[in-house]
Amino acid sequence: MSLTDTPAKYGSAADTEATGPLGRVAIRGDGGLKVRGGATYALEQSVENLLHCVLVQATIGAGRVVSIDKAAAEAAPGVRLVLDAENSLALKPMPDFFGNTPPGDTYVPFARDIRFNGELVAAVVADTLEQARAAAALIEISYEEAPAVPTFADERAGEGRAVDALAKEWGEPDGPHAEAGMRFAATYETPREYNVPIEPHGLIAHWEADDRLTIYEPTQWIDGTARNYAGWFDLPFDNVRVLSPFIGGGFGSKAQGLPHSAAAAIAAKMLGRPVKLAATRPQTFTAYGGRPATRQTLTLSATKDGRLVSLEHDAFSETSVYGTFAETLGVVTKMMYAVPNFRSRQRIVPVNTVLPGPFRAPGKNPSAFALECAMDELAIELGLDPVELRRRNEPDHDFETGKPWSSRRLLQCYDVAGEAFGWAKRNPAPRSMREGRELIGWGMAVGTHPVYAAPGEATVRVLSDGSVEVLSSAIDMGTGTYTILAQTAAEVLGVPVEKVSVKLGDSRLGRAPVAGGSQLANLMTAAVHKTAQAARDELITLGLTDPNSPLRGEANTLLVEGGTIGASRGGAIGIGELLAATGRDHLEVTRDTLPPAERSAEERQRMFSTLAGRGSLPEATVSKHSFCAHFIEVRVDEDFGTVRVARVVTALDAGRLYNPKLAESQFKGGIVMGIGMALLEEGVTDPRNGRILSSNLADYRIATNADVPEITAISVGEPDYDATPLGGKAVGELAIVGVAPAIANAVYHATGKRIRRLPITLESLL
Amino acid sequence: MIDFDYSRATSLDEAAAQSRHPGAMLIAGGTTLIDLAKCGVAEPRTVVDITRLPDLSAVTVDEAGATIGALATMSRVAADAGIEARFPAVSEALLLAASAQLRNMATIGGNLLQRTRCSYFRDPAGYAACNKREPGSGCAALENVTRDHAILGTSDQCIALYPGDLAVALTALGATIRTTKREIAITDFFLEPGETPDRETVLEPGEVVTAVHVPASKAATNSTYLKVRDRASYEFAAASAAVGLELEADGRTIRDIRVALGGVGTTPWRAEAVEAALTGRALDEARVREAARFAVEGAKSWAGNAYKIELAPRVVARAILKVGGIQ
Repeated sequence: MSLTDTPAKYGSAADTEATGPLGRVAIRGDGGLKVRGGATYALEQSVENLLHCVLVQATIGAGRVVSIDKAAAEAAPGVRLVLDAENSLALKPMPDFFGNTPPGDTYVPFARDIRFNGELVAAVVADTLEQARAAAALIEISYEEAPAVPTFADERAGEGRAVDALAKEWGEPDGPHAEAGMRFAATYETPREYNVPIEPHGLIAHWEADDRLTIYEPTQWIDGTARNYAGWFDLPFDNVRVLSPFIGGGFGSKAQGLPHSAAAAIAAKMLGRPVKLAATRPQTFTAYGGRPATRQTLTLSATKDGRLVSLEHDAFSETSVYGTFAETLGVVTKMMYAVPNFRSRQRIVPVNTVLPGPFRAPGKNPSAFALECAMDELAIELGLDPVELRRRNEPDHDFETGKPWSSRRLLQCYDVAGEAFGWAKRNPAPRSMREGRELIGWGMAVGTHPVYAAPGEATVRVLSDGSVEVLSSAIDMGTGTYTILAQTAAEVLGVPVEKVSVKLGDSRLGRAPVAGGSQLANLMTAAVHKTAQAARDELITLGLTDPNSPLRGEANTLLVEGGTIGASRGGAIGIGELLAATGRDHLEVTRDTLPPAERSAEERQRMFSTLAGRGSLPEATVSKHSFCAHFIEVRVDEDFGTVRVARVVTALDAGRLYNPKLAESQFKGGIVMGIGMALLEEGVTDPRNGRILSSNLADYRIATNADVPEITAISVGEPDYDATPLGGKAVGELAIVGVAPAIANAVYHATGKRIRRLPITLESLL
Repeated sequence: MIDFDYSRATSLDEAAAQSRHPGAMLIAGGTTLIDLAKCGVAEPRTVVDITRLPDLSAVTVDEAGATIGALATMSRVAADAGIEARFPAVSEALLLAASAQLRNMATIGGNLLQRTRCSYFRDPAGYAACNKREPGSGCAALENVTRDHAILGTSDQCIALYPGDLAVALTALGATIRTTKREIAITDFFLEPGETPDRETVLEPGEVVTAVHVPASKAATNSTYLKVRDRASYEFAAASAAVGLELEADGRTIRDIRVALGGVGTTPWRAEAVEAALTGRALDEARVREAARFAVEGAKSWAGNAYKIELAPRVVARAILKVGGIQ
């Protein structure tokens, strides 16, 4: 049973009853291109006269560069430029997520004061990649090393600083709670985790004129990236063109300006030639920080019959000594259950690392790990089934905001996934199931992801042959944007999906928000839907009112369908015929989903290229989230401690699915990544100098096919029009949330050993 | 850019002569050399391509045993019907190693000579100290993260693990390595680091591995390779064991047993003490588990790899039980 072959069984989200193309299973519009090698990724763009840039990185964890001897590199064959802090062009500081450029200082992407091992110190540009690499190896850097504090496990890291904005409290968290017959406290830890997209970071920077920059770079946010380069080089936004038609995965790591990007653009500017920079796999571990290590202590109290009385959450996450990134560890803790007395606090601890950043379901994912393990432990203490404990604490509204849910079908998730899994047959006693030398464990946990809102913009063109073009600077990371936007336009304009071509990933096209926070599908289908409706209305207006229209005076309204336009009764003509008769070869409409207001061009651009757009929308009166429940079977070898996931059944409430097949892929991908998080992934650092020891795909272990069992993903969602205009909720990041705790809970059930620190490696179970 | 000369050898003599020069390295599948060149460990001055040499990729299996040409690929040997039938431990060790793509490229000779995965060895830009790379420069692994380092055969100069699987099976089954000069018992082929961790085998300059010979035996026919690791595929062993077993006619007394370990030693590790403790005794789980403890006699652990001392005997025991029909 899977979501695609029983689409309508558990709710109308994955509907075959869909009247139009939207909501139906459709194959990826970009799939054929990718299979045939016809999808050109950023670093495959053919740009003439290209030079190659190679990075030189710090090999100490902290301290300063005393001197850099560049002479040998500069004299090496083919070398055009050796860049460091001394001769680099100084840029303006990078604008923040709200588009504000910090005052004062300039920005140079090459460090003199070293804050982490792997920090960018210099770069070499040469005619060939091999020459640049060889010359980079000739650069002699002498350092004055200072003691590094590589991780927050290091005592010298201390307790860090409180993030007041993340603190939340209600009721009387300190008690007294006379009714609480049970109290439970434990500490949970997750390691540093890295996004490791299969396509590493990199770019081609091409100055087409002194003040016009073209960037080919995989990015999850075309407009934010363009804004970033414009800010660095003090250019008008429109003078930067960013192209990113295809992206080989990002998982959050490709949405912000990184030093190597600045370095390549500086080199291109200084040399007056296009420059290509491809981060190596090890460099992806230092170019971008990934998810920081986290530590959370949860103290729960409950009545003897399992009603939560209080929850206290103390969280710590790493940040860098040079910047602030808070992995928001209380996000799930605050809203998942009915907790009358609550307190959550978070501190961030600066260490010598590259600044961490978003990684699939930032905050949500580790937050759920701690909470969902703690709920399992509490259920055991209370002698309750873990699903039953959750049912008893199902909140009728969001306790964090006090708002009602737009929809919350988590109880249905328990019913449907529990039944498909066979949960009722579970013997709660640990070590109660085995087969041969394998201990079998069944565990469950829930996940959730908020539904975010931001404005989008799209252009729809109706061409004379009745075909349709959709254009936007939105991107497709391989998740299906091309496909669902074609489905949306086809739905509105009454044409087959194959008649719609979608162009994405170019900042010259309509504005779009970041493909992050699992928001893009909802926001861009809404924008395309609105724009396509406007195009349809214009066609009808044209038909009814244009003096040269053959349809003029035919009816009060007209129907646009199957490439034709006409009265509902009576003759229809081809759209091309109407366009030709009225003297056009196409009709083009652009619309956005911003709240109506007077805005300057610059303000308007900020709405898309920064997070200001999100803030421009009216505050929601409901609490909007997707939900899921994972039921997982693990097999643990009793001698070796090796854990293998044998079965995953997950039910998900993600509202309406615009394309169930693509949504299912996203769900399964999230679960696969969750398996890696639970059992394998760990950024290992040298405790002396902070160097990443697992900076390759052999040592930084992600799940292989052999680690992934049959996964059953069942949608229980229904269209939620209070959440988004077309009824969808968050899909992309939902399913990773809750996988790791479900596995940890299953491991406990199999072995009787509670592992509170990820990944759960074999030695922890020996 | 590593500026190197490339030549394609047309005969074994030519390959041997060319590889004698300092800085010369042979290339066959290239899966190790290119990897090491990319991380800056290997900097060959001359690369001698031996992939076109005739008669080095044959696999022949007869009553006396198997002869596997040095240029046979891992995937081809693993799928050979004779190897599968008479030397299952060899086939299994190959199939549990690397990935399908690597197995299609990598050759048997290169597989035996693969170098350690020690993070410090593989990162010359970050760690100048490595006695294996630069004799006398020190060891960055000691007193550091050593989850994947050896517990057996170490020295105060080097604790780098031998990462391979095939050589473990070959060690258990008493294989010999044929070179252009001689035939070497596999237990004499690999060198523990001692004072010279840069010397990993007894091969001399200009000496080329031509084939591996595995003698036939009843223990070889009833053999297995058991590899334990966190990830189900594409990971080096946390611990592994190759075991061959022959029982007396009574079906329970051990006549011949061969045991070797991987993932724990600086070389493939023959566990003679385990063999001695079981030979002539009845096969029984408690006895096997007790004897398996001898596998880690003399083991020494560092931060993070003590678990191997616990794990390795369990892997040995389970491998013995498996070939003994006690599942």
